Amino acid sequence: MSKELIRLADCCMAFDGELVLDHINLYFNDSEFLTLLGPSGCGKTTTLRIIGGFITPTSGEVLFDGVRMNDIPPHLRQVNTVFQRYALFPHLNVFENVAFGLRIPKTAEEGGRKKKIKIPEAEIRQRVLEMLAVVSLKGFENRKVTELSGGQQQRVAIARALVNRPKVLLLDEPLGALDLRLRKDMQSELKRIQQQLGITFIYVTHDQEEALAMSDTIVVMDQGKIQQIGTPEDIYNEPKNAFVADFIGESNILDGIMHEDYVVEFFNRRFKCLDKGFAPKEPVDVVIRPEDIDIVPVEKGQLKGTVTSVTFKGVHYDTIVDFKGFKWLIQTTDYHPEGETIGIILNPDDIHIMHKSQYSGMFGDYSSYSEEYDEMDAAEEEGGYGE
Amino acid sequence: MGNKRAAFAVPYVGWLALFVLAPIVMVVIYAFSSAGGGFTLENFSRMGSYAVVFTRSFKLAVIATVICLLIGYPVAYMISRETARFQRIAMMLVMLPMWMNFLLRTYAWMSILENTGLLNRFFAAIGLFRLINGVFGTDIEYFRMINTQGAVVLGMVYNYLPFMILPIYSVIEKLDVSLVEAARDLGANSVGVFRKVILPLSLPGVLSGVTMVFVPSVSTFAISKLLGGNNELLLGDLIEQQFLGTAYNPYLGSAIALVMMVIVVVCMAVMNRFGEGEEQAVML
Repeated sequence: MSKELIRLADCCMAFDGELVLDHINLYFNDSEFLTLLGPSGCGKTTTLRIIGGFITPTSGEVLFDGVRMNDIPPHLRQVNTVFQRYALFPHLNVFENVAFGLRIPKTAEEGGRKKKIKIPEAEIRQRVLEMLAVVSLKGFENRKVTELSGGQQQRVAIARALVNRPKVLLLDEPLGALDLRLRKDMQSELKRIQQQLGITFIYVTHDQEEALAMSDTIVVMDQGKIQQIGTPEDIYNEPKNAFVADFIGESNILDGIMHEDYVVEFFNRRFKCLDKGFAPKEPVDVVIRPEDIDIVPVEKGQLKGTVTSVTFKGVHYDTIVDFKGFKWLIQTTDYHPEGETIGIILNPDDIHIMHKSQYSGMFGDYSSYSEEYDEMDAAEEEGGYGE
Repeated sequence: MGNKRAAFAVPYVGWLALFVLAPIVMVVIYAFSSAGGGFTLENFSRMGSYAVVFTRSFKLAVIATVICLLIGYPVAYMISRETARFQRIAMMLVMLPMWMNFLLRTYAWMSILENTGLLNRFFAAIGLFRLINGVFGTDIEYFRMINTQGAVVLGMVYNYLPFMILPIYSVIEKLDVSLVEAARDLGANSVGVFRKVILPLSLPGVLSGVTMVFVPSVSTFAISKLLGGNNELLLGDLIEQQFLGTAYNPYLGSAIALVMMVIVVVCMAVMNRFGEGEEQAVML
């Protein structure tokens, strides 16, 4: 049912000899909400700008409906963009901002002759008002865009892009500059608009929660490479490597050895798991999500450790537990004070096995837990105010 | 609260009062005074005979401003699209002539444009006059360039062009690139992007450029004196004559200066009102 609209075939992009995109292969389907997710500098915005036509890939092909588009400039592409900081025209009011694309005469071939087609004023008016209604900005037509709040400017930017009825809408961190509350509202709003209009959204963000909440498909990127493509559930439950496991949600990542199908060893103990297809005795990364771990009295536990810090998070406690020098994050609704010795039980479906990768050993240890939180805060601030 | 810091403004405010406000007040008083010291409107009624100077001054200033705009805008636009390094060098070159004295630069043009000046000697050397005389049967030895209105306009354009380029450049250079990308994204080709986004958003720069060229052009006297000879008397020359020349009449001079000032202020006010909306927009 879903039809392929855009394909990036083996796209590379280099700026000043530095490789920013490394052999990207990716396709985008009709009516799909696809998110490019990754940290700053991972190449996600570059990918979006290639699709928008603002830059041309150094090598590889950009195909729209199978037609090569590499050298077609933005104004001749059937995609529209919502820019990071809206880029509304300050000299035009809300109505004229939205009408901007409609007022530009389109050239069309008719019987071998090129002809300029202008949309009649009445139709422009109707389409603009319709679109303002879709983004809940009825009655704002005559307002100056400079007088609107961030959220309202965002909606104008979306309406301005969508009024042209693009096949694909590109969104470059569109919610980055909004506060948390507004961001949550706009997330569901965007999802609603996408479903109502039934067009493809390609969404760029560094916010994993946002990606999980809105997307049909998530493409996780790092260092110019695609790390994993999948549904939000796939990405969360079956991360392909330590980078994905760490970037999407919290993860404890341990070194393990896969003895045979469904049996993995770590901390000198064998556990049952649901994974298979690894080489005998293959060293692997073991992912255990902090919310999947059950705390039990010491004598009943498969492993025992000592609580080294507890942080109240509202819904749960972030409990850091020391197991033989390796610190785990466990999220639990029960309070276990610092210094308490506890036991844990891991069920087979709590354990996820990954092949070793270049990211092995870089993530998933909570020894420097508080520092890591500081880093995350810093990264979020950076992401919020520009990249 | 700000009183302490307000003290820093005293020297400048004092300066303004002494050398800007006081002269204007004096000009107004003189304009309405007769030689005997009593109140009179005679200075204004006599001005009718100088209408031709008024028209010529405004005409030449308008022509110079339009030429500056036609040259300056494209230059500013092209510079602003280059690399940062190129922009720095280009802007320095634009400013370079201004490091030299204004009168010297104008004298230089005199020696270029004179009947026996550089240009004419060059034309003679390449045989241009011989050619023309041979073809048309004329007998010319030089082009008359100095002491014409054209030379005055040239002098104005040459001297004031940087004042047009600078403000336009600084507005375009600050223009958000994403606005241009957004316009392209919405289907505008390069002509459309310029017409619908760059041009309207650069109007504030154009307005201040026009002001900065027009006002000194309309009141100049050195350029017209040096390049226009005595045939092309401008308002500035007329006023100068009333104060320093043989026609000594500071009362009439003040009246002319006052009328000129009022006309210029009205022109600028109208233009600024016209550009108000854009000005705000760029503040964003």
